[in-house]
Amino acid sequence: MFENITCIKIGMSSCGVAAGAEELYQQLSAVIKEKKLPVELKKVGCLGICYAEPLIEVKTGDNPAVIYRNVNIETALEILENKIPSELVIDEDLEIKNQKRIVLKNCGKIDPEKIEDYIQNKGYQAIKKAILELKEEKIIEEIKKSGLRGRGGAGYPTWLKWKATKEVISLNNDGKFVICNGDEGDPGAYMDRSILEGDPHSVIEGMMIAGFATGAAKGFFYIRAEYPLAVDRVQKAIDQCYDRNLLGEKIHGSDFNFDLEIRLGAGAFVCGEETALISSIEGKRGYPRPRPPFPSIKGLWDKPTVINNVETLANTPYIILNGGDEYAKTGTDKSKGTKVFALTGKVKKPGLIEVPMGTTLRTVIEEIGGGIQGNKKFKAVQTGGPSGGIIPEKYLDTPISYESLQELGSIMGSGGMIVMDEDDCAVDIAKFFTKFCVDESCGKCAPCRIGTIQTLKILEKLTNGEGAPEDIDKLKTICHSMEKASLCGLGQTAPKPVLSSIRYFEDEYLEHIKEKTCRAGKCSFLKQESVEK
Amino acid sequence: MTFYTPIPDELKEYIDKWKLKKGSLIMILRSVQDYYGYVPKKICFSLAKELKAPLARIYEVLTFYNYFKTESPGKYKIAVCMGTACYLKGAAAIIKAIEDKLDIKESQATKDGLFSLENVRCIGCCGIAPNMRINEKIYGKLNKERVSEILDEYINLNAGVSSSQEPPIL
Repeated sequence: MFENITCIKIGMSSCGVAAGAEELYQQLSAVIKEKKLPVELKKVGCLGICYAEPLIEVKTGDNPAVIYRNVNIETALEILENKIPSELVIDEDLEIKNQKRIVLKNCGKIDPEKIEDYIQNKGYQAIKKAILELKEEKIIEEIKKSGLRGRGGAGYPTWLKWKATKEVISLNNDGKFVICNGDEGDPGAYMDRSILEGDPHSVIEGMMIAGFATGAAKGFFYIRAEYPLAVDRVQKAIDQCYDRNLLGEKIHGSDFNFDLEIRLGAGAFVCGEETALISSIEGKRGYPRPRPPFPSIKGLWDKPTVINNVETLANTPYIILNGGDEYAKTGTDKSKGTKVFALTGKVKKPGLIEVPMGTTLRTVIEEIGGGIQGNKKFKAVQTGGPSGGIIPEKYLDTPISYESLQELGSIMGSGGMIVMDEDDCAVDIAKFFTKFCVDESCGKCAPCRIGTIQTLKILEKLTNGEGAPEDIDKLKTICHSMEKASLCGLGQTAPKPVLSSIRYFEDEYLEHIKEKTCRAGKCSFLKQESVEK
Repeated sequence: MTFYTPIPDELKEYIDKWKLKKGSLIMILRSVQDYYGYVPKKICFSLAKELKAPLARIYEVLTFYNYFKTESPGKYKIAVCMGTACYLKGAAAIIKAIEDKLDIKESQATKDGLFSLENVRCIGCCGIAPNMRINEKIYGKLNKERVSEILDEYINLNAGVSSSQEPPIL
C-alpha cells in the first residue's frame, strides 16, 4: 500500500513541537534526503487531535491520507518502509464527527509558512471579491446577514463595530485602524494561538477585509508575549503578502492601500480588554479606559479603530466567499456559525475542536472529548476562563450559545473549555481564578483592585479550614459590588468563577466551613496532593 | 559616576529603527530583554537618553508587564505553566518537585546561576498538560520523574563545560 508515499505532513504547532515533532521532522527529512525518496515533507499546523501528538499524515498515490498518532522516529521509519503500525492509525472521520470546520479548515492541512498553500485553497479570493465586486456597503451587509458575533467572548455583533467605524468621516484613509486582538490570555485556551500558527493568512485576509470595509489603511496584529511561534509565522505570512503585493499599495489594482505590522504584548491579561490593548499598542501601561467612547469611534491614537478577535477575523473570508446567508445556516437563532474550543482538563481526548453553535456541552465532552479519563466522575465544566464560570452536570444538555451560557452564570468566553472531575474542588478552582485576577488586576479602579484581594482572602480562609458561616454572604456582597462598579470587563467578570461555584456547589462551601473537609481532597487542611494524582 | 552605558551595536540598530515609530517602547524593551535575558538598569539610563524620555516613563512600562525582568535569570529559565489545565493536572506538584530537586524557591535562581524558576501564565499547550518551558523549549505530559530526568539532562550537559572552566562566581 505504501509503495508510493507522495506526501507526509507533520503537525508542528507549539504543542506538536513540544511533543517532539521538530526532532521527527529533522530526522525524517534526513532519511528522505539520504534515500532520495520522492516524498514531499510538509510542516502543517494543529490538527486538533492534541492528545495524540506528534501526529503525521501520510498520503500515498491517490489513496485517502492516513493519520498516525504518537509517532516517534522508529514508527515513522516503519511507515516509510511500508510496515503499517495499524494500532497508531487515527480514524479522522471519527475525530471530526460532530464538528464543522470553517475557521480551522486549513489548520493541519496546509503549510502555514507557504502562501502558495493558502492561495491554492481559495486564499485571498475573498478580499479580491470584496474589492472588485462587493464594495464597502455590501461587505458589511454580508457580515450582518451572517450574524457573526465577536469570538473573543462578549459576542458583540461584528457588523455593528465595522459600520460604526466606517461611518466616521475621515478625509484620508490613514486615519483609521484595524487591530487583531491576539492577546489570548485566558488560562486553558489556545484557539487563537492554533489559528495564528496553523493558518495565519486567513487572519490577515480577515484584517484586509475589515480594513477595506471600514476605510482603514493600517492594521496591527497584537500578539501575546508567550506565543513566539505564532509571531514568527505571522511575520513570515506578512512578508509573503508584501512580496506578492497583497499588502501595500493599490491592492488588486484598486485604490485600496493596506499596511500591516505586528506589535507584541508583554504579559498582561488585562490587555485582552480592547481599550487596555490599545493603550499597550500606544506603548503605555495596559490600562483600560471607560467606554463610551468606543474604539470604533475613538480608538488607537484617538482614531476610529476596528478591533476584532483572531477567530472573528478568520471567519470573515468564508463569509465573503460563501455569503452571509450560507454562514447563518449553521448555529442557533442568535448565535450563528461555529465556535472553536480548546477542550482540556480531565477528558480522555483533549483537543482543539470546532463545533456548530447549538451543539450541547454533553456532545462536546462525551462524544468529542471521549468522556472523563480514568473512570472518574464528571464534576463540572469551566468556560470563559477567569471571566467565566463552572457548569455542573445537570446542565450538560444545554446547547452552546452566547445566551445559554450567560444564563447559567458563565460566558462563552474566547473558547477555553476545561473539564473537572470529582478530584477537583469547587472552592479551590474559585480560589485559583481569583488569585489569577489579583495578579492581573491593573489596579486602576478600586472595586477590582480591592475586591479581588478581599475575595481571595476569604477563599484562602475557607480552604485553610478557617471559614466562618457568614463568609458566603460576604463573598456575594463583594462580588456583586465588583460586577456593578468595576471599570472594565476584567473586574466586572472576575467574580463569575466565585459566584457560579457558590451557585452550584454551595454544599461544598458549607462543608469547608462547617466540617472543615474537602471532598475532593484538594484543600490544604487535608493532606497535600501528589504529582501522580 | 556616569549614567551612560554604551548600547551594543546590534541593539542600537534595532532601537534606531523602532524609535521613530509611535508607541514603540514595548517593542524596544523586548529587544533589550531578548539581548540580555533581562532589562538591566544601566541600559535603561542610556535608553532614556536615546529615546529622549524620562526614566520614569520607561520604568512605568517595565514594571507593569509580567514579561519584563529586572534581575538576571539563570542560564536555563524554567517556566512552569500555571494555566487552568496544568493547574488541575498537578502543576503545583511539578513546581514542588523542581524546588526540591534544585533547592530553590519560585522566582529564585540556583547559586551557580544555571537555573531559575518561575511560574507563568498559560503557554497554550493545554492538550499536553502539565507543561513547563526551559528557555524556548516546551516539555509536556510531565510528572515528577520526567521533570527530574529533564533537569538531569541540563545538569549533565553543563557538567563537562563547568569542569573545564573557572568555577562560577557566586
